[in-house]
Amino acid sequence: MDIIFGIKGNILIAQLLGEVDHHCSAKARADIDETMRGYGSKDLIIDLSRVTFMDSSGIGIILGRYRKLSASGGRMAIAGGSASVKNILSMAGIFTIIDYTDSVDEAIEYLMRKEVS
Amino acid sequence: MEKILKVQMAAELENQGLARAVAAAYASELDPTVEELTEIKTAVSEAFSNAAIHGYPDGSYGNVSMEFGTIKPDTIVIKISDKGVGIEDIARAMEPLFTTDTGEERSGMGFTVMESFMDKIKVDSKPGEGTTVTLIKKLDTYYEF
Repeated sequence: MDIIFGIKGNILIAQLLGEVDHHCSAKARADIDETMRGYGSKDLIIDLSRVTFMDSSGIGIILGRYRKLSASGGRMAIAGGSASVKNILSMAGIFTIIDYTDSVDEAIEYLMRKEVS
Repeated sequence: MEKILKVQMAAELENQGLARAVAAAYASELDPTVEELTEIKTAVSEAFSNAAIHGYPDGSYGNVSMEFGTIKPDTIVIKISDKGVGIEDIARAMEPLFTTDTGEERSGMGFTVMESFMDKIKVDSKPGEGTTVTLIKKLDTYYEF
Protein backbone atom coordinates (compact mmCIF):
# COMPACT_ATOMS: atom_id res chain seq x y z
CA MET A 1 0.00 0.00 0.00
CA ASP A 2 1.11 3.54 -0.73
CA ILE A 3 -0.20 6.83 0.60
CA ILE A 4 -0.41 10.09 -1.34
CA PHE A 5 -0.66 13.14 0.89
CA GLY A 6 -2.30 16.46 0.05
CA ILE A 7 -2.76 19.65 2.03
CA LYS A 8 -5.68 22.04 2.05
CA GLY A 9 -5.35 24.71 4.73
CA ASN A 10 -5.31 22.95 8.08
CA ILE A 11 -6.50 19.70 6.57
CA LEU A 12 -4.24 16.80 5.67
CA ILE A 13 -5.63 14.49 3.00
CA ALA A 14 -4.25 10.94 3.04
CA GLN A 15 -5.18 8.94 -0.04
CA LEU A 16 -4.59 5.23 0.56
CA LEU A 17 -3.69 3.27 -2.56
CA GLY A 18 -3.94 -0.49 -3.09
CA GLU A 19 -4.32 -3.20 -0.46
CA VAL A 20 -4.70 -2.34 3.23
CA ASP A 21 -3.78 -5.24 5.52
CA HIS A 22 -1.94 -5.92 8.76
CA HIS A 23 1.34 -6.21 6.91
CA CYS A 24 1.32 -2.54 5.91
CA SER A 25 -0.80 -1.00 8.67
CA ALA A 26 2.00 -0.14 11.13
CA LYS A 27 3.86 1.84 8.47
CA ALA A 28 0.65 3.54 7.30
CA ARG A 29 -0.15 4.67 10.84
CA ALA A 30 3.37 6.01 11.38
CA ASP A 31 3.41 7.79 7.98
CA ILE A 32 0.09 9.54 8.60
CA ASP A 33 1.02 10.59 12.15
CA GLU A 34 4.43 11.86 11.06
CA THR A 35 2.97 13.84 8.15
CA MET A 36 0.27 15.36 10.38
CA ARG A 37 3.02 16.48 12.77
CA GLY A 38 5.31 17.66 9.98
CA TYR A 39 2.72 19.97 8.43
CA GLY A 40 1.10 20.90 11.72
CA SER A 41 -2.25 19.74 10.31
CA LYS A 42 -5.30 19.98 12.51
CA ASP A 43 -7.86 17.91 10.63
CA LEU A 44 -7.60 14.72 8.59
CA ILE A 45 -9.39 13.25 5.59
CA ILE A 46 -8.74 9.61 4.83
CA ASP A 47 -9.51 8.97 1.16
CA LEU A 48 -10.36 5.30 0.56
CA SER A 49 -11.52 5.68 -3.05
CA ARG A 50 -8.44 3.91 -4.43
CA VAL A 51 -8.28 1.09 -1.89
CA THR A 52 -8.61 -2.21 -3.74
CA PHE A 53 -8.71 -4.42 -0.63
CA MET A 54 -9.10 -3.80 3.08
CA ASP A 55 -9.37 -6.11 6.08
CA SER A 56 -9.95 -5.21 9.73
CA SER A 57 -6.52 -3.56 9.93
CA GLY A 58 -8.17 -0.56 8.22
CA ILE A 59 -10.50 -0.20 11.21
CA GLY A 60 -7.45 0.01 13.47
CA ILE A 61 -5.76 2.65 11.31
CA ILE A 62 -8.89 4.82 11.20
CA LEU A 63 -9.91 4.43 14.86
CA GLY A 64 -6.37 5.07 16.04
CA ARG A 65 -6.16 8.34 14.07
CA TYR A 66 -9.63 9.33 15.29
CA ARG A 67 -8.61 8.87 18.92
CA LYS A 68 -5.47 10.95 18.45
CA LEU A 69 -7.35 13.71 16.65
CA SER A 70 -10.12 13.77 19.24
CA ALA A 71 -7.52 14.24 21.95
CA SER A 72 -5.99 17.20 20.11
CA GLY A 73 -9.32 18.79 19.16
CA GLY A 74 -8.98 17.93 15.46
CA ARG A 75 -11.68 16.51 13.22
CA MET A 76 -11.74 13.72 10.74
CA ALA A 77 -13.72 12.55 7.72
CA ILE A 78 -13.62 9.48 5.50
CA ALA A 79 -14.07 9.93 1.75
CA GLY A 80 -14.89 7.28 -0.83
CA GLY A 81 -14.42 3.54 -0.66
CA SER A 82 -15.90 0.48 -2.34
CA ALA A 83 -18.96 -1.31 -0.98
CA SER A 84 -16.82 -3.96 0.74
CA VAL A 85 -14.54 -1.34 2.32
CA LYS A 86 -17.58 0.50 3.69
CA ASN A 87 -19.09 -2.79 4.83
CA ILE A 88 -16.07 -3.58 7.02
CA LEU A 89 -16.02 -0.08 8.50
CA SER A 90 -19.73 -0.14 9.28
CA MET A 91 -19.31 -3.52 11.03
CA ALA A 92 -17.15 -1.74 13.57
CA GLY A 93 -19.58 1.19 13.81
CA ILE A 94 -17.05 3.63 12.35
CA PHE A 95 -19.69 5.72 10.59
CA THR A 96 -21.48 6.40 13.85
CA ILE A 97 -18.49 8.40 15.05
CA ILE A 98 -16.69 9.57 11.89
CA ASP A 99 -18.44 11.40 9.07
CA TYR A 100 -18.44 9.98 5.56
CA THR A 101 -18.59 11.77 2.22
CA ASP A 102 -18.48 10.38 -1.30
CA SER A 103 -15.55 12.53 -2.41
CA VAL A 104 -12.55 14.38 -1.00
CA ASP A 105 -13.95 17.71 -2.28
CA GLU A 106 -17.13 17.17 -0.29
CA ALA A 107 -15.11 16.20 2.78
CA ILE A 108 -13.01 19.39 2.51
CA GLU A 109 -16.14 21.49 2.15
CA TYR A 110 -17.72 19.68 5.08
CA LEU A 111 -14.75 20.17 7.42
CA MET A 112 -14.32 23.82 6.40
CA ARG A 113 -17.99 24.52 6.95
CA LYS A 114 -17.75 22.91 10.39
CA GLU A 115 -14.76 25.13 11.15
CA VAL A 116 -16.70 28.29 10.33
CA SER A 117 -19.82 27.27 12.27
CA MET B 1 -14.58 -32.97 0.04
CA GLU B 2 -12.97 -32.70 -3.36
CA LYS B 3 -10.29 -30.76 -5.17
CA ILE B 4 -8.03 -30.54 -2.16
CA LEU B 5 -5.23 -27.98 -2.26
CA LYS B 6 -2.69 -27.74 0.56
CA VAL B 7 -0.34 -24.83 0.94
CA GLN B 8 2.14 -24.01 3.67
CA MET B 9 3.93 -20.73 4.17
CA ALA B 10 5.97 -18.98 6.83
CA ALA B 11 3.85 -17.18 9.40
CA GLU B 12 5.14 -13.80 8.34
CA LEU B 13 2.79 -10.89 7.72
CA GLU B 14 4.53 -10.20 4.43
CA ASN B 15 2.91 -13.45 3.20
CA GLN B 16 -0.58 -12.14 3.94
CA GLY B 17 -1.08 -10.91 0.37
CA LEU B 18 0.15 -14.25 -0.98
CA ALA B 19 -2.33 -16.12 1.25
CA ARG B 20 -5.16 -13.99 -0.18
CA ALA B 21 -3.94 -14.56 -3.73
CA VAL B 22 -3.92 -18.35 -3.25
CA ALA B 23 -7.45 -18.22 -1.78
CA ALA B 24 -8.65 -16.08 -4.68
CA ALA B 25 -7.09 -18.42 -7.24
CA TYR B 26 -8.75 -21.46 -5.67
CA ALA B 27 -12.13 -19.77 -5.21
CA SER B 28 -12.11 -18.47 -8.78
CA GLU B 29 -12.57 -22.03 -10.01
CA LEU B 30 -16.02 -22.01 -8.40
CA ASP B 31 -17.20 -19.01 -10.38
CA PRO B 32 -17.81 -16.63 -7.47
CA THR B 33 -19.18 -13.11 -7.83
CA VAL B 34 -16.71 -10.27 -7.29
CA GLU B 35 -18.35 -9.69 -3.92
CA GLU B 36 -18.02 -13.33 -2.85
CA LEU B 37 -14.38 -13.35 -3.92
CA THR B 38 -13.68 -10.22 -1.87
CA GLU B 39 -15.40 -11.76 1.15
CA ILE B 40 -13.35 -14.96 0.89
CA LYS B 41 -10.10 -13.01 0.47
CA THR B 42 -10.95 -10.85 3.46
CA ALA B 43 -11.80 -13.79 5.73
CA VAL B 44 -8.57 -15.56 4.74
CA SER B 45 -6.60 -12.38 5.33
CA GLU B 46 -8.02 -12.15 8.85
CA ALA B 47 -7.35 -15.80 9.67
CA PHE B 48 -3.80 -15.63 8.30
CA SER B 49 -2.92 -12.47 10.22
CA ASN B 50 -4.37 -13.96 13.43
CA ALA B 51 -2.07 -16.98 13.00
CA ALA B 52 0.97 -14.84 12.18
CA ILE B 53 0.42 -12.25 14.93
CA HIS B 54 -1.22 -14.21 17.76
CA GLY B 55 -0.24 -17.81 16.95
CA TYR B 56 3.45 -16.98 16.98
CA PRO B 57 3.90 -13.97 19.26
CA ASP B 58 7.14 -12.21 20.17
CA GLY B 59 8.96 -13.04 16.97
CA SER B 60 8.67 -16.82 17.37
CA TYR B 61 8.90 -18.64 14.07
CA GLY B 62 6.46 -21.10 12.54
CA ASN B 63 4.28 -21.94 9.58
CA VAL B 64 0.69 -21.41 8.57
CA SER B 65 -0.99 -24.24 6.67
CA MET B 66 -3.94 -23.63 4.43
CA GLU B 67 -6.13 -26.40 3.10
CA PHE B 68 -8.77 -25.69 0.49
CA GLY B 69 -11.54 -28.03 -0.55
CA THR B 70 -14.85 -28.04 -2.37
CA ILE B 71 -18.09 -29.70 -1.39
CA LYS B 72 -19.76 -30.02 -4.76
CA PRO B 73 -21.23 -28.14 -6.41
CA ASP B 74 -20.58 -24.78 -4.85
CA THR B 75 -19.35 -24.80 -1.25
CA ILE B 76 -15.80 -23.82 -0.41
CA VAL B 77 -14.06 -25.03 2.75
CA ILE B 78 -10.85 -23.39 3.92
CA LYS B 79 -8.83 -24.58 6.92
CA ILE B 80 -6.12 -22.27 8.22
CA SER B 81 -3.88 -23.81 10.87
CA ASP B 82 -0.88 -22.87 12.93
CA LYS B 83 1.13 -24.81 15.48
CA GLY B 84 1.59 -21.81 17.72
CA VAL B 85 0.55 -20.92 21.25
CA GLY B 86 -3.16 -21.66 20.84
CA ILE B 87 -6.13 -19.81 22.32
CA GLU B 88 -7.10 -20.32 25.97
CA ASP B 89 -10.60 -18.89 25.79
CA ILE B 90 -11.99 -19.24 22.26
CA ALA B 91 -15.39 -17.71 23.02
CA ARG B 92 -13.75 -14.60 24.46
CA ALA B 93 -11.29 -14.32 21.56
CA MET B 94 -14.23 -14.31 19.16
CA GLU B 95 -16.07 -11.48 20.90
CA PRO B 96 -16.29 -8.32 18.76
CA LEU B 97 -13.67 -5.74 19.74
CA PHE B 98 -11.77 -8.22 21.94
CA THR B 99 -8.05 -7.73 21.49
CA THR B 100 -4.93 -8.69 23.39
CA ASP B 101 -3.30 -5.67 21.82
CA THR B 102 -1.75 -3.13 24.13
CA GLY B 103 -0.74 -0.37 21.76
CA GLU B 104 -0.66 -1.56 18.19
CA GLU B 105 -4.18 -0.24 17.50
CA ARG B 106 -5.68 -3.54 16.46
CA SER B 107 -9.43 -3.46 16.19
CA GLY B 108 -10.35 -6.86 17.62
CA MET B 109 -12.73 -7.32 14.70
CA GLY B 110 -10.96 -10.18 12.88
CA PHE B 111 -13.32 -13.00 13.94
CA THR B 112 -16.37 -10.75 13.50
CA VAL B 113 -15.32 -10.04 9.90
CA MET B 114 -14.78 -13.77 9.27
CA GLU B 115 -18.20 -14.59 10.74
CA SER B 116 -19.93 -11.91 8.68
CA PHE B 117 -18.36 -12.87 5.37
CA MET B 118 -18.52 -16.65 5.63
CA ASP B 119 -21.52 -18.91 6.26
CA LYS B 120 -19.84 -20.85 9.01
CA ILE B 121 -16.65 -20.56 11.04
CA LYS B 122 -15.22 -23.09 13.45
CA VAL B 123 -12.25 -22.57 15.73
CA ASP B 124 -10.35 -25.50 17.22
CA SER B 125 -7.50 -24.66 19.52
CA LYS B 126 -5.44 -26.06 22.35
CA PRO B 127 -3.00 -23.97 24.36
CA GLY B 128 0.53 -24.91 23.36
CA GLU B 129 -0.57 -26.94 20.34
CA GLY B 130 -1.97 -24.43 17.90
CA THR B 131 -5.17 -23.29 16.27
CA THR B 132 -7.23 -24.31 13.25
CA VAL B 133 -9.86 -21.96 11.83
CA THR B 134 -12.30 -23.56 9.39
CA LEU B 135 -14.17 -21.23 7.06
CA ILE B 136 -17.11 -22.46 5.01
CA LYS B 137 -19.02 -20.55 2.36
CA LYS B 138 -21.68 -21.60 -0.10
CA LEU B 139 -21.50 -19.64 -3.30
CA ASP B 140 -24.84 -18.55 -4.61
CA THR B 141 -23.83 -18.30 -8.21
CA TYR B 142 -24.92 -21.60 -9.59
CA TYR B 143 -26.32 -21.02 -13.03
CA GLU B 144 -28.47 -23.46 -14.89
CA PHE B 145 -29.17 -22.70 -18.52
